[in-house]
Amino acid sequence: MIQKSFLSLLALCLAGTARAEWALNMPKGITDLSVETYNIHMLVFWWCVAIGVVVFGVMIVALFKHRKSKGVKPATFSHSTTAEVIWTAIPVIILMLIAVPVAETMVKLEDSRDPDISIVVTAYQWKWHYRYQDEGVSFYSSLARASLDARRKQSGVDPLTVDNYLLDVDRPLVVPRDAKVRLLVTSNDVVHSWWVPDLAIKKDAIPGIINETWFNAREVGTYRGQCAELCGKDHGYMPIVVEVVEPKAFQAWVDTRKESVQKVASTK
Amino acid sequence: MNTAVADALDHHDDHGPAKGIGRWLFSTHHKDIGTMYLVFSLTMFFIGGAMAMVIRSELAIPGLQFVHPEFFNQMTTMHALIMVFGAVMPAFVGLANWMIPLMIGAPDMALPRMNNWSFWILPVAFSILLSTLLMPGGAPAGGWTMYPPLVLQTGDAFPFLIFSVHLMGISSIMGAINVIVTIINLRAPDMTLLKMPMFVWTWLITAYLLIAVMPVLAGAVTMLLTDQFFGTSFFLAAGGGDPVMFQHIFWFFGHPEVYIMILPAFGVVSEIIPTFSRKKLFGHDSMVYAASCIAFLSFIVWAHHMFTVGMPLTGQLFFMFATMLIAVPTGVKIFNWVATMWRGAMTFETPMLFSLAFVFLFTIGGFSGLMLAAAPADIQYHDTYFVVAHFHYVLVPGSVFAIMAGAYYWLPKWTGHMYNEALGKVHFWASTIFVNLTFFPMHFLGLAGMPRRIPDYSTQFTDFNTVASIGAIGFGLSQLLFVWAVLTAWKGSKATDRVWEGSHGLEWTVPSPAPYHTFETPPKARIANEAFE
Amino acid sequence: MFCVPDKNENRALTARLLVLVVAMFGFGFLLVPLYDVFCDITGFGGRTNATATVATEAPDLSREIRVEFVTTVNSYAPFAFAADVDSMTVHPGKMYFATFTAKNLTETDKVAQAVPSVAPVAAAEHFTKIECFCFTSQDFVANEERAMPLQFIVNPDLPEYVDTITLQYTFYDTARTAANSAL
Repeated sequence: MIQKSFLSLLALCLAGTARAEWALNMPKGITDLSVETYNIHMLVFWWCVAIGVVVFGVMIVALFKHRKSKGVKPATFSHSTTAEVIWTAIPVIILMLIAVPVAETMVKLEDSRDPDISIVVTAYQWKWHYRYQDEGVSFYSSLARASLDARRKQSGVDPLTVDNYLLDVDRPLVVPRDAKVRLLVTSNDVVHSWWVPDLAIKKDAIPGIINETWFNAREVGTYRGQCAELCGKDHGYMPIVVEVVEPKAFQAWVDTRKESVQKVASTK
Repeated sequence: MNTAVADALDHHDDHGPAKGIGRWLFSTHHKDIGTMYLVFSLTMFFIGGAMAMVIRSELAIPGLQFVHPEFFNQMTTMHALIMVFGAVMPAFVGLANWMIPLMIGAPDMALPRMNNWSFWILPVAFSILLSTLLMPGGAPAGGWTMYPPLVLQTGDAFPFLIFSVHLMGISSIMGAINVIVTIINLRAPDMTLLKMPMFVWTWLITAYLLIAVMPVLAGAVTMLLTDQFFGTSFFLAAGGGDPVMFQHIFWFFGHPEVYIMILPAFGVVSEIIPTFSRKKLFGHDSMVYAASCIAFLSFIVWAHHMFTVGMPLTGQLFFMFATMLIAVPTGVKIFNWVATMWRGAMTFETPMLFSLAFVFLFTIGGFSGLMLAAAPADIQYHDTYFVVAHFHYVLVPGSVFAIMAGAYYWLPKWTGHMYNEALGKVHFWASTIFVNLTFFPMHFLGLAGMPRRIPDYSTQFTDFNTVASIGAIGFGLSQLLFVWAVLTAWKGSKATDRVWEGSHGLEWTVPSPAPYHTFETPPKARIANEAFE
Repeated sequence: MFCVPDKNENRALTARLLVLVVAMFGFGFLLVPLYDVFCDITGFGGRTNATATVATEAPDLSREIRVEFVTTVNSYAPFAFAADVDSMTVHPGKMYFATFTAKNLTETDKVAQAVPSVAPVAAAEHFTKIECFCFTSQDFVANEERAMPLQFIVNPDLPEYVDTITLQYTFYDTARTAANSAL
């Protein structure tokens, strides 16, 4: 039936690994743990497909073969302890098979020892603030100008003409490749959430509470995310951009930012 | 029941139902109150549906065309509140009111006057809630989940939101008490608990869930109220409070709430599939145990809505395992429905079509639920359209289809006429096709990275959003077919007592339409056997 | 099933139900201190102690923990608030001091409240504050700048997979919170 062929089509599509602009599936991401997260997602998905094929298969056969119009007489059985035991035990076993790798990944996610960099992320209505603890660099990060202009109701600007519409900021978060980056997430006002899919990190920013998470980016590039907790009228307009650069480039960036802060301070 | 009471009722019978508006305003009659619940629920379904139309119209293409973000947030918030508390829950209560007394051989609900209040509180509650759309600052816009501190930024609408939630809760609690007292006390003499039909069983379990959790919601929103107006700091860190505690309290209510919305659906489907398969429900007793298991487990999984909040590892592991476990009794129910169909002799009238679609599509919703239970993966799904896809699958082709299945199934009993079967089938196919068009693409949107509750999105999400919007408009328009089917239900051929060839149960032993008073004396043992044949 | 209860039975039942109602209502209020106790015991929610505690020193010199200090001012409240040092390296079981400087940036008197939070969650119950400016609200006259002390000890039973503890203080203007003038 429709559902079954849809599922097969879905399965074919998800088997692809390309990270296209237009995506059907979760990104594999650029950290070791993002890949593990993706694998868990696919593991549970394929189990669901398998169970679906069996259950829907039996249903479809029944729908066609066991119809009154085919002249069948209905059977009279209405229970079977054996069947009940089997189809209770098998799901439990499947769940245990899933639970083990999932728990292993969860333990890894909690291990935030030996960070190379610590960044305090503060959420505001409706922008982000980043403060590099040791490097002494801090700045606000807001929706980029081009998106700001286009987002207004009836703005007259076609969003398709704006690069990375609603996913671009004026000052991105810059981090070095292969460094363990520890994020300390909090909020200035209401609950927000910091989410970058390619890093497989989502952590709520709650006023009065500091939440810790970490990532280690393996590939250079620009990765985009959004606020993931309803926080008021511009919840959809406070994106996150993370630029992963080579360690030397990161150091150069830090020095430049420090210089420009000193320049501003000395003109006061 | 002694003969003196029966005699008194016989006298009463001569008058028939009261005339005029008084019949409805002051009704203590389960059939009339059931009808009012159902009409109210259908009205709310269209109002909530209109809000969905606003949402999907804005999301059809990127850019902001029709509404401001503030109003968009009001629409998402109100759409959910109205659908959950105004459409789905009252519909099931309406079915309960109509059918539980008929199914157990009782003359009415045990507490008829409280029944009246349970219903009439609802129009008041929703008038208050809907009136907030016209207030300065507009309707509540912090999500139906009402998280602080954001919800405390609601304007004038805030106390009205809290008050209307309280009223809805009181209505549900009173209704639940009524259901339990009725089922425990008014069953026909031969009807032991395990002989009750599944619809009655699932409502008994649902009623206990309601009594357990609606007061928790009442407590949570009262604490919001006092934080806002009376200087308390339950959820404000400045005063030593904790915003996360609200989430715990809310979801302790919220998770059982979703099972409150699905268990009666399981009951309806468990009545319909055996009828149209001409075969007894497979594993009746284990269906009861499975439903009870689900109800129990629903209390210990709430924090799976909070995996990103900063929970310690042990907490995450516990809630993840407990959530995954719910798949087991739910799976048992699905397998039992399929086993009922297997080697039956099926026909595909409208109630059966909706029930079959329920089994298929609710299962898909269940699969996405299992995926959501895996906490590391949930980090990527949480607060995205993947969650929106999941809960709409279990609620729309889940609960709503079950309600419609029940409506078509029992309409001939209520009206005495067969509804237009061709119209019912068209309604079914249109609904099924459009509901999948609307919600299936949302899985992909969530996986691709689109968050929830946003009025505008980055351009790579366009195609699926457009498809979903087209589906939504189609689905909404298709429901007009349902209204037409109900309005013209009196035009069809006369219905027999039995109505459906394979039906069993006490409700099919009374004439169609059911007389105003039924089972004034309990059905005899021979008739009571009907229930489990 | 149809026995009619007499007046006394009804009265007794009503009395019992009323007591139950009052108890449930009171339980709602009781939940607040109960929640506090639960969080203090388990350390959930990054809760550290909110009142002064006595602790004895038993230094574990073989282990070093980095303690970071993060300060946040909530809702644009008119204060400058910072830790004098960003971080310290400490031994578990030994007492340490840290100071924070806060300044009232306005011409009016203000009252502030600092709210602590510790990350990671596993560390929260092992971070003991012996003396902290967060235990009480802080009065500031116009333009006043003040140093505020913290005395703390990291318990030696801190899990071995934690090597960095972050202590955040969020500074609130209590008058604004009382008036609930949200943004």
